Amino acid sequence: MSAAAPRAGTRGVRLLPPVFRTLLALGLVVVPALGGVLPEDEADVMYHSYSGGDITVRGPSVLIRKKVGDNLSLTYNYYEDMISSASIDVKLSASPYHEIRRQNSFGADYLHGKTTYSIGYIHSREPDYIADTSYYSVSQDMFGDLTTITLGYRRAWDNVYRDLCAAPHPTNSECPDIINDPTFHQRADHWGYSFGLTQVLTRNLLALVNYEIDTDQGYLANPYREIRYASPGGVGFTLAPQIYPGTRTSNAASVQLKYYLPWRAALAGSYRFYHDTFGVTGSTLETDYTMPVWKGWIFDGSLRYYRQTHASFYSDLFPYANYSNFEARDRELAAFDSWTLGVGASYEFQIPHAPWIHKSTANIRYDRMMIDYKDFRDALLAAQYGAGSEPLYKLDANVLEAFLSIWY
Amino acid sequence: MRVRQEPWAQQRAGAANPRRRAAALLAALTLGAGLAGCTSIEPWVKPYEREHLADPIMALSRNSIAASYRDHVFETREGSHGATGAVGGGCGCN
Amino acid sequence: MRNRLAAIIAAAALALPALAADPTGGPAPQFTLAARSGSNVSLAQYKGQVVMLNFWASWCGPCRQEMPLLESIYKKYNRLGFTLIGVNVEPDSNAANEWLKQTPVSFPILYDKESKVSKMYDVAGMPSTVIIDRRGKVRVLHRGYKPGDENEYLDSIRTLVRE
Repeated sequence: MSAAAPRAGTRGVRLLPPVFRTLLALGLVVVPALGGVLPEDEADVMYHSYSGGDITVRGPSVLIRKKVGDNLSLTYNYYEDMISSASIDVKLSASPYHEIRRQNSFGADYLHGKTTYSIGYIHSREPDYIADTSYYSVSQDMFGDLTTITLGYRRAWDNVYRDLCAAPHPTNSECPDIINDPTFHQRADHWGYSFGLTQVLTRNLLALVNYEIDTDQGYLANPYREIRYASPGGVGFTLAPQIYPGTRTSNAASVQLKYYLPWRAALAGSYRFYHDTFGVTGSTLETDYTMPVWKGWIFDGSLRYYRQTHASFYSDLFPYANYSNFEARDRELAAFDSWTLGVGASYEFQIPHAPWIHKSTANIRYDRMMIDYKDFRDALLAAQYGAGSEPLYKLDANVLEAFLSIWY
Repeated sequence: MRVRQEPWAQQRAGAANPRRRAAALLAALTLGAGLAGCTSIEPWVKPYEREHLADPIMALSRNSIAASYRDHVFETREGSHGATGAVGGGCGCN
Repeated sequence: MRNRLAAIIAAAALALPALAADPTGGPAPQFTLAARSGSNVSLAQYKGQVVMLNFWASWCGPCRQEMPLLESIYKKYNRLGFTLIGVNVEPDSNAANEWLKQTPVSFPILYDKESKVSKMYDVAGMPSTVIIDRRGKVRVLHRGYKPGDENEYLDSIRTLVRE
């Protein structure tokens, strides 16, 4: 049987291993360093779209924030991902799929003097994955409000399921009848601690330092993705299930500087270093330029470089079956370089006949992500080039955000 | 023939240590933060000198759901996560 | 013994800065600044009246929020020997003047472009409000503004106006 045919019983390949999916939940609520000021009342409506590598994910995100009294601010966010995937992983070992992930987030910020206490809860749900996250943080202004220190803690629980295709269907077409696999239910737990410091250095210079340590435990693998090992005959490789370690600890530290330029523009630069016990090391370097032009318009441009080394148990093609205790071929754990170029525009306007809205903006942002994998190959071309000699995979993606914000 | 990968066996036993270390760090920082509130270091940038810092273009993030979404796109495609932090600075009012 | 001495000195050193710069209770530092009306204005002109100095900037949200309330306080108590002076702390007054065109106030606005007066009054938060009694003594120093603070101002003004 050709290795490229969909395996019986598997429905589709998920976008990512579950260990990353809990981050989908947290990634959508940035815990702010509030210090001694509550955030303003605000409502945002956003349309987001990611398109690249034959995966399209798009959907809305709606945020409402309102003060209750003088000391409490409440936030609610609804977020949806409509996923349509025929990615390289999908094409290799499963069938294209559509699914929807829905997420609800609730947050509260309480101000007492110069300290803000925040708590929040996020619930993310899709047909085969349920993630719950709770987070708590304390943010304090000190030294004449030049310094803000934020300490955060988060705890997440994941329930991982698996979908199956109940009806036979042709290769590379969608499954007509998807059911849940009643025999598959796994759990993953996550803990995270973070420290943030915002410091005013001069009247024109701000600095931000962040440190985060996270631990993941439980089922961190992906029920659909597979590894391949070299085998004689056919296309030169055989697919096999991936095996992940049951625990991971990761550390990340970043520093950012933002400078006010004399002609009224802002230049920011940041660096982040990441390392985890999977063996992945990531370095991120980014620079952003913000410039007001004409009346009411602000333009942004950014350039980001990211370099990653592969996980110690990652390989694009293992030499033989059962090569090591832990094996993965997820390209998120591969070695690669990535450049992202971004541009954005924001326009501030008045809404007529609505004086209760004291500020409103229309915004658009476009990023072009270009990833060059160093040790992940396009396995669909194995027959043509030989297993292990296929060209290295490249991914170009377009990311778009269009949103409207009002402050009332 | 299986290749033993030592670090995982050690890591399982040591998994609690990073958490304990982090908890200790958190406690120390909270204590430090509490004490710091008591001392008086004269601010070298006066409140009336914070005009540039209060300009919306100097905000570390002008919109939270847009910034979060962008972080999320990178995190789902890369192996790194975290320390993308937080928002602060600003006008120093109140 | 040495440790206890060191501890006392350390405690004193920590406490001192907090006491040093508060002008409340002392005579109000005198100054002369250019006014929006064009001429120069001195604090000495208002001796015998209750004077409220409000240090503000157009870039400061709570300052802008407070201004209409200050305007109504000024209108109400002006006839009773009370005056309100807005001290704008911006080195470049253009933004402030633009904002005042849209949100006009009738009390005098002075420009402290070199932050001399801000330093004299130890402005440590934006906005800052100082209330000076009829004899020229600083009686109230209020930092920041939250909705509801105007009631505190009114209480102080009512008391001082009756003196």
